[in-house]
Amino acid sequence: MNTSGLNKVMENTSALCEKSLVYRNNFKTWVQLDSSNLSDGQQLAVKYFTVAVILFFAQILFGLLAATQFIYPSFLYEILDFSVNRMIHINAMIIWMLYGFIGCVYWFLEDESGTEIVGLKLGNIAFWVLTSAVTVVVLVYLLVQIGPGKDSSLWFINEGREYIEAPRWADIGIVVVMLIFFYNVVATFSKGKWSGIAGVLTLDLVALAGLYVAGMFYMTNITHEQYWWWWVIHLWVEATWEVLVGVIMAWSLMKLLGVRRKIIQTWLYIEVALMFGSGILGLGHHYFWIGTPEYWLTIGGFFSALEPIPLVAMVVHAVYDSGAHAFKNSNHPALAWIIAQAFGNFFGAGVWGFMHTLPQINMFTHGTQWSASHGHLAFFGAYATINIAFFYLAIQHWRGDVWMGGGSQNAWRWKWALGLLNGGVLGMTIALLIAGYEQSFIERAVEGSTWGGYFTAQNHPSFQSAMNWRLFFGGITFAGFILLVWDLLTIGKGETRKAPEIIES
Amino acid sequence: MNEIPLWASESFWKKMAIWVTAGSFLILVVLTMDSLSKTSAGSQRVPAYNVINKKIDYQYNKASHKFMPIIGDNELLFGKEYSEEEARQLVDLGKKTTQAKNCMNCHTLLGNGAYYAPDLTKAWLDKGWISKEMREDMMVKFLMNPEKNARTFGSNRKMPNLKITEQEAKGIIAFLKWMSSIDTNGFPYNFKTINAEE
Repeated sequence: MNTSGLNKVMENTSALCEKSLVYRNNFKTWVQLDSSNLSDGQQLAVKYFTVAVILFFAQILFGLLAATQFIYPSFLYEILDFSVNRMIHINAMIIWMLYGFIGCVYWFLEDESGTEIVGLKLGNIAFWVLTSAVTVVVLVYLLVQIGPGKDSSLWFINEGREYIEAPRWADIGIVVVMLIFFYNVVATFSKGKWSGIAGVLTLDLVALAGLYVAGMFYMTNITHEQYWWWWVIHLWVEATWEVLVGVIMAWSLMKLLGVRRKIIQTWLYIEVALMFGSGILGLGHHYFWIGTPEYWLTIGGFFSALEPIPLVAMVVHAVYDSGAHAFKNSNHPALAWIIAQAFGNFFGAGVWGFMHTLPQINMFTHGTQWSASHGHLAFFGAYATINIAFFYLAIQHWRGDVWMGGGSQNAWRWKWALGLLNGGVLGMTIALLIAGYEQSFIERAVEGSTWGGYFTAQNHPSFQSAMNWRLFFGGITFAGFILLVWDLLTIGKGETRKAPEIIES
Repeated sequence: MNEIPLWASESFWKKMAIWVTAGSFLILVVLTMDSLSKTSAGSQRVPAYNVINKKIDYQYNKASHKFMPIIGDNELLFGKEYSEEEARQLVDLGKKTTQAKNCMNCHTLLGNGAYYAPDLTKAWLDKGWISKEMREDMMVKFLMNPEKNARTFGSNRKMPNLKITEQEAKGIIAFLKWMSSIDTNGFPYNFKTINAEE
């Protein structure tokens, strides 16, 4: 064996490690964040937030690659095909949002329960396990991509089911990590004190973890398979996630605006009743065309038409509370993102969902860019926004509760980031909506959804210009993201004024 | 007038939240049991796997105002008559392959998936296969070597080579044929099959 070659590799590796350590230290000096401002739970939370932001970057990056392929189909052909880019685009989104939510809960768990996190060490181990698993899954997606038509492919490479592509081994890991998270939440509230927020959160997490199991089985019968698959996707995204966001929003409004707990919790219960009352059976709108009985056309149509109601209630709630407190708050960017959440959730999930949810319309819009249009605005409006709001709350506290109100230095950054991100996503949404309309008319209604019809619609100038606009606005979104990260790393640096104390009223 | 009316109180909405959630979930469970039993392979809506031995078509039904699959006489796949178990195994191989090759992140199946490539719900019946005589052979060749046998319809979008074996290709075709026989409540609307006369 050639030992000199090995020595050289080792030397290079250690040099690389040293170099990266120097960069890390330089970065730490530059960013000037003082972790002694954070409690143990909050230190764990910011780890989750950090990975969330990295995955947010991956989401946008792979989205841009996939969007480019719509315009230049030979771009990265057979290197990183559309299927790979699109899978990482949507998986990174799901996972970064989950990381964000877990981070939010760890952030307020000690404050809400009035005690220290019971299984902090376990929570830290779970974080590293999850993060390593996510890294391995993404590397396999990128490097192995596909396998033969055998069970082993589904276990170790990719399950090939949109949104929950993670191979089975990772599914099991995700459930274990969620159980640890759940244990930490329940045990901490049990040791400290329970509240309405705590109760709703606990029940919601039971549903969240339990539902994931429904998507962990292989079935030959595609109707059954898609039936359970929607249990996970829909009941996560249109029910349990919405309630989780309600919980995070409730706590944030108390802290930001000083809204009274009694009002917050009453609203939270109203939202749970409306959300689950419409969302659970609203699941039926995914059962129109997969082979399931006709009664789902009625049930799904009716209940999903009710789904916007809780979202209207949330807008009223957020805007009313902000107005009632004369917009006096301790963190302007966070409040701006919370208002963006209220409207984004209402328009993206509510209005855009309602527009194509009735079966008479959905017959023509199903499986077209309509869904992508709705997906972009809904996921961003409902979930990206609340996470970003929380990142601002976290960074403020990390800097030692500094002033983030009017007259802050470089406030243009967060305002521009807010504008570019919202404008970018809205632009993509409209472009995709135009493409969806065109597909519904030409591919579905006129051509009857044949392959020829599909491509007639894809080759149409209005579809192609919509794809160009989508890529353009994807670029705007990316610019907004870069600015957001820059702002998050620098906001409040050198600020000496303290944030005003917000008193419950 | 400071007293909070019952309908606005925290405890009222707490109970409402619990009852509404539990009630909705219970209804969902009952409907799920019913739906699963009505859609098991071999039911009226989802035919048994050996339907791949039959001729399948998709036509407008005037009485119900929707398009419905029509199961006809024998029309063997790859010239072989499959028993129910053999058919199940072949469809299973095809279904598993569509997952292992990540088909759903370009195509839609039953309208669900990504929108970069055409819907596969009625792909077996699509006119793109030119004639029923050429269909099986064209499909196998296309799946195994999509670059050379590309069907881009002027879009320049080509399916990548996914290293599909001949047996896997046959499985996928069996799966697509079986899937085209599922009663999807009239989706897709106005689809003219390879059997229809111009």
